[in-house]
Amino acid sequence: MAYAAGVDVGSTQTKAVIINEEKEIVGRALVETGANVIKAAQDAYDQAIAACGLRDMEVEYVIGTGYGRYKVTFGNTQVTEISCHGRGAVHVFPGTRTVVDMGGQDTKAIRVNETGEVIDFCMNDKCAAGTGRFLGATAAALDIPIDELGSTALKFTRPVRISTTCTVFAESEVLSWLGKGKKIEDILWGVHQSIASRSAGLLRRVGIEEEVTFTGGVTRNVAMVRSLEEKLETKLNVSEDSHYMGSLGAALFALDYIMTSRNPCDAKEVPH
Amino acid sequence: MDEKHELVGRGNRDGARLFREWFAELSKTADDGGQSAYVFVMGSINEILKVFDLPVVFPEINSLQTAIRRVAHEYLAEAEDYGYSPDICGYVKADVALQLRGGSHPMGNIPKPSIAVLTNACNTYIKWAEIWHRMYDIPMVTIDVPGTREAHSKTWSGNPQFENDRRYVEVQLRELIVTCEQVTGKKFDIDKLRVVLGHANAISVGWKKVLDLNKSRPSLFNALTDGTIFLGVANGFRGTETGATYFNELVEEMEYKAEQGIGTLTEEVYRLIFVGVPCYPIFRRFNEMFTEWGGTFINSTYLWFASGGANRGFEYDVDKPIESLAEGVLISVRDAMDSMFHQDCALEEMLEDYHVDGIIYHPIKSCRTVSTGLADVRRHVARKHDIASLFVESDMMDRRVVTEAPMKNRIDAFFEGLASRRRRSLIK
Repeated sequence: MAYAAGVDVGSTQTKAVIINEEKEIVGRALVETGANVIKAAQDAYDQAIAACGLRDMEVEYVIGTGYGRYKVTFGNTQVTEISCHGRGAVHVFPGTRTVVDMGGQDTKAIRVNETGEVIDFCMNDKCAAGTGRFLGATAAALDIPIDELGSTALKFTRPVRISTTCTVFAESEVLSWLGKGKKIEDILWGVHQSIASRSAGLLRRVGIEEEVTFTGGVTRNVAMVRSLEEKLETKLNVSEDSHYMGSLGAALFALDYIMTSRNPCDAKEVPH
Repeated sequence: MDEKHELVGRGNRDGARLFREWFAELSKTADDGGQSAYVFVMGSINEILKVFDLPVVFPEINSLQTAIRRVAHEYLAEAEDYGYSPDICGYVKADVALQLRGGSHPMGNIPKPSIAVLTNACNTYIKWAEIWHRMYDIPMVTIDVPGTREAHSKTWSGNPQFENDRRYVEVQLRELIVTCEQVTGKKFDIDKLRVVLGHANAISVGWKKVLDLNKSRPSLFNALTDGTIFLGVANGFRGTETGATYFNELVEEMEYKAEQGIGTLTEEVYRLIFVGVPCYPIFRRFNEMFTEWGGTFINSTYLWFASGGANRGFEYDVDKPIESLAEGVLISVRDAMDSMFHQDCALEEMLEDYHVDGIIYHPIKSCRTVSTGLADVRRHVARKHDIASLFVESDMMDRRVVTEAPMKNRIDAFFEGLASRRRRSLIK
């Protein structure tokens, strides 16, 4: 049995996935990236290996992805997370033609074909507005654990409109709404709607074609899923693997490499 | 090494040398308190200024040189401290700081202007020249060149509308001549203009030929890096014997490379067109992010509009110098404007001839003139042609909005897509 790995070193969290040659996930791990990116990559990989009871040498090919992909020092090659999210999303949801990946510092809109190859993509530029960081800043301003943001926001009754697009200024706008006596849940839903609007704008730039699959760490936020669905007027594909979609895509590319090496006539290969 | 082989790289070497000599001359002029003309790349009207022996200063080139030399942020900060908004054109702000510093520039001293000559090709030109007018109380001559503004609606010689437009430009050029006489105290010499126009013809013809020769596979020069050197000579030495000789020799070099199949240093895997103004704060690195993947720039809209439309190869009729100069200015500057506003037409024409694999659109924060509409151009071209493209935003001057990591991420993803696209086409 062949095993392949993908390690997605994101700005906030690092994810590792091990798959077998049946393309089944046999191990996964998630660690905070922190300041030591090399260590985060190694830790995530080691934990994923341990989770499936394999030995390092049994994993034949490792691909690094994410902003820290060049810091996956034990990896064999690198592929951008844009390609990896596209590949992973189509693997989990074969009907996927558009991917929205919302991570810690950026949001990507990706158009893919039926094999998961990227046709076009678009990202937020030079600014963390409309990303997970926007939610992080809001959570800090309201002193709410980030994992509770979504469930709290869904209790809204009279949502406020967050006008700023700047993550830094959002904090002061949130505080000003609090000062006006607005409820936390109403403010939070406004924040989610603001992010959803920016993400929808990115998606429109590449063209929205159903099915739309939501990937990245923010998929765990139920309010974000709902606000995006309302904004896009479509149901989003979300699964428990959504957070790991980049590393899964990387692992799938790694498996392609293994299989191509064994059978050179196989047309598939990693993007490099 | 045979004598012919030494041709390879001569254009870059000589171009760099000419640049140093040009700035040395400007420094000497500044030190001697001599006169100079401030002009812009989109319609410098260098032909008339050369008749009056006025050294030309291209503030756009001064400014981009501060970025290439990695000191632009100092100039930008100084202009912003003076009151200019971060949103204003980086070229303007670097120049304002340069003026505040008394002309001090990394390549030497820049003389103060005696006259500013500009066209309407960029609206910022007019506001920019107003700054010098206020600072130095100099004449500011704006040549209003009728643009087409609507694709596929150009008129040409023989058409009454064209003749009206040409005469409109000619009258303005005659006014410029009078102003130059007043500024310099020299009498206009029409025979000298004929000589200058002859040199300008050699440059325009050479420039067009060099651009056309890059249809070769592999491409002979990188339009982003090498091309910018050639462009600098085309602007700074327009109408001079030195410039004419340079372009004759550059054509010789490129023809030799084409015959021998000598490409750029890059192993050419993907042929790309660049649309916009280069990312000067990380000029070399920006290019490397493409060449690392085997991508090379075979043409660039920058080489068209920033040469003032010299890429059209228009040749003046030296027997009717002023009339013909007016026609050339009309056609060339109009083309420079179209290179920004109707890029889709030119891009579509190039796709097949140049065997293009992808188009890189590079909108920049501080120039609305070249950046507005790029998204539409991209959408339009993509709708009509199955061509890969990348939209990567930064700036031509301001490193605060140039973030290499996200930029590289986009570029890497673009090439991953190109690789997939190529594999698919091979399977088909």
